[in-house]
Amino acid sequence: MNFEAIKSIYFFEMARMRRTLLQSVISPVITTSLYFIVFGTAIGSRIDTIEGVSYGSFITPGLIMLTLLTQCIANGSIGIYFPKFTGTIYEILSAPVAMTEILIGYVGAAASKGLIIGLIILATASFFVDISIAHPFMMIVFLVLTAVTFSLFGFIIGIWAKNFEQLNIVPMLVVPPLTFLGGSFYSIDMLPPFWQAVSHFNPVLYLVSGFRWSFYEIADVNPLISLGMIGLFLAICLSILGWIFKTGYRLRN
Amino acid sequence: MAPIVSIKNLTKTYENGFQALKGVDLDIEEGEILALLGPNGAGKTTLISIICGLVNPTGGKVLVADHDVVKDFRKTREMIGLVPQELTTDMFETVWNTVGFSRGVHGKKPNPALIEGILKDLSLWSKKDNMLRELSGGMKRRVLIAKALAHEPKILFLDEPTAGVDVNLRREMWQVVEKLRANGVTIILTTHYIEEAEEIADRVGVINGGKLLLLEEKTALMQKLGRKQLRLELSEPLKALPENLALYNLTLSDEGTALIHEYQGEEGQGSIASLLAALAAEDIHFRDLSTRQSSLEDIFVALVGEKAGEKA
Repeated sequence: MNFEAIKSIYFFEMARMRRTLLQSVISPVITTSLYFIVFGTAIGSRIDTIEGVSYGSFITPGLIMLTLLTQCIANGSIGIYFPKFTGTIYEILSAPVAMTEILIGYVGAAASKGLIIGLIILATASFFVDISIAHPFMMIVFLVLTAVTFSLFGFIIGIWAKNFEQLNIVPMLVVPPLTFLGGSFYSIDMLPPFWQAVSHFNPVLYLVSGFRWSFYEIADVNPLISLGMIGLFLAICLSILGWIFKTGYRLRN
Repeated sequence: MAPIVSIKNLTKTYENGFQALKGVDLDIEEGEILALLGPNGAGKTTLISIICGLVNPTGGKVLVADHDVVKDFRKTREMIGLVPQELTTDMFETVWNTVGFSRGVHGKKPNPALIEGILKDLSLWSKKDNMLRELSGGMKRRVLIAKALAHEPKILFLDEPTAGVDVNLRREMWQVVEKLRANGVTIILTTHYIEEAEEIADRVGVINGGKLLLLEEKTALMQKLGRKQLRLELSEPLKALPENLALYNLTLSDEGTALIHEYQGEEGQGSIASLLAALAAEDIHFRDLSTRQSSLEDIFVALVGEKAGEKA
């Protein structure tokens, strides 16, 4: 293992976050605060509790997941796409590092940024609503697994994308609908049976449900199934990357 | 001594079907400066990219210090520094950070004193805290060289290093190259500025159409292929060449005021003395004399042109 190289890539990427503090930290915090003000306080005050939890508290895990997914995909993809775009990737590809080490550096940094932002939002939320965490350990497990999985997914998008439009398609057009329809703002019990069934095809449902369970012990699906599904997504991402590294797809051809 | 880079029957066909390399064999000796000449699209960059690990080869083998560049990439890439052709830089990074990053990503522990030395050698020290996008093209080129040297490579590839570079920087770059050579670093440069190869290379290879057409010691090449010309400005114009001079390869030019003697490489040494004696015997006097040697450029154009002609 070339630890020096992993360290270099990791800190190089983390330095980008410091440089773009406004965009990468402040902006998601402001957006989430707006959600709390509008949904949690203004509208939420007229909504009854959901399974014994106030509406503002109920949506908190979903909001954290929404930001975490978007941030991890965005950071994971831009991290590898930008050097590809500017051409500086030549240096990493000609360095004595294995693709797995490059991956650990970039994905590690993307996931770390996602986690930091996720925790900041959790702290922000506690100013607006009552938060209780029933299973702190499992909460962290869900958070870390999701961050890593979606940073890997972002990395794949970054390698695949040939231009900025392709780079943004997934975080802009795919993630928001999946998150909004994945039970971030409601329990799927509230839906008609048909849409409840459809929701089970939405991967985000499992993330939000499991994560919410670690807070309030209420879940749309069994938390173990949630965990299993995240594991499955992780395995899918890793096998796609295995294939990419083996063939040199869009990197060494 | 075993060559530091050994290339055996290397081929590369890109996904779009373009065959960039059609079986290249090349041995590069440790400590030499090898210039690879060739027109655009000849395969120079592909060759370098395969040695450095940027492109996967289709067939053949490359060994660097006896290690395979694909299987043993850690060992080979650690020894290699690459200055790419394009000015690719991380626009928002500082000079200091980007050069430090290069060292780290090659697995070496930070060494600020070494980086400081490299930046000073390349007149970059005053710019160390500048963002790369604030630098001029020439300065960016220096940064790329500094990055390539940051991990103390044994072999340095310079891909078209002086494209769009002013005279000062070019001179500074050759000073750096000389210093590296003195430290035993092997240097491979591609260029289409032939005078560059002529000036600093030990050996010259010519690539065209994915093949290595020629590989020679520079001086031997110049001797073998270089044509020499002796020009005599005559005191009195001649109407025709005297018969006694027929055995020399002579032509009369400029309305009989100049005699031109053409010869190749070493063969001229004996003939010139006897030619001058023969001229004296014929009572032909000259007021001035000059010799001219064809440059590497003439050789290159002749060679690449010849091959292109063969195809047509």
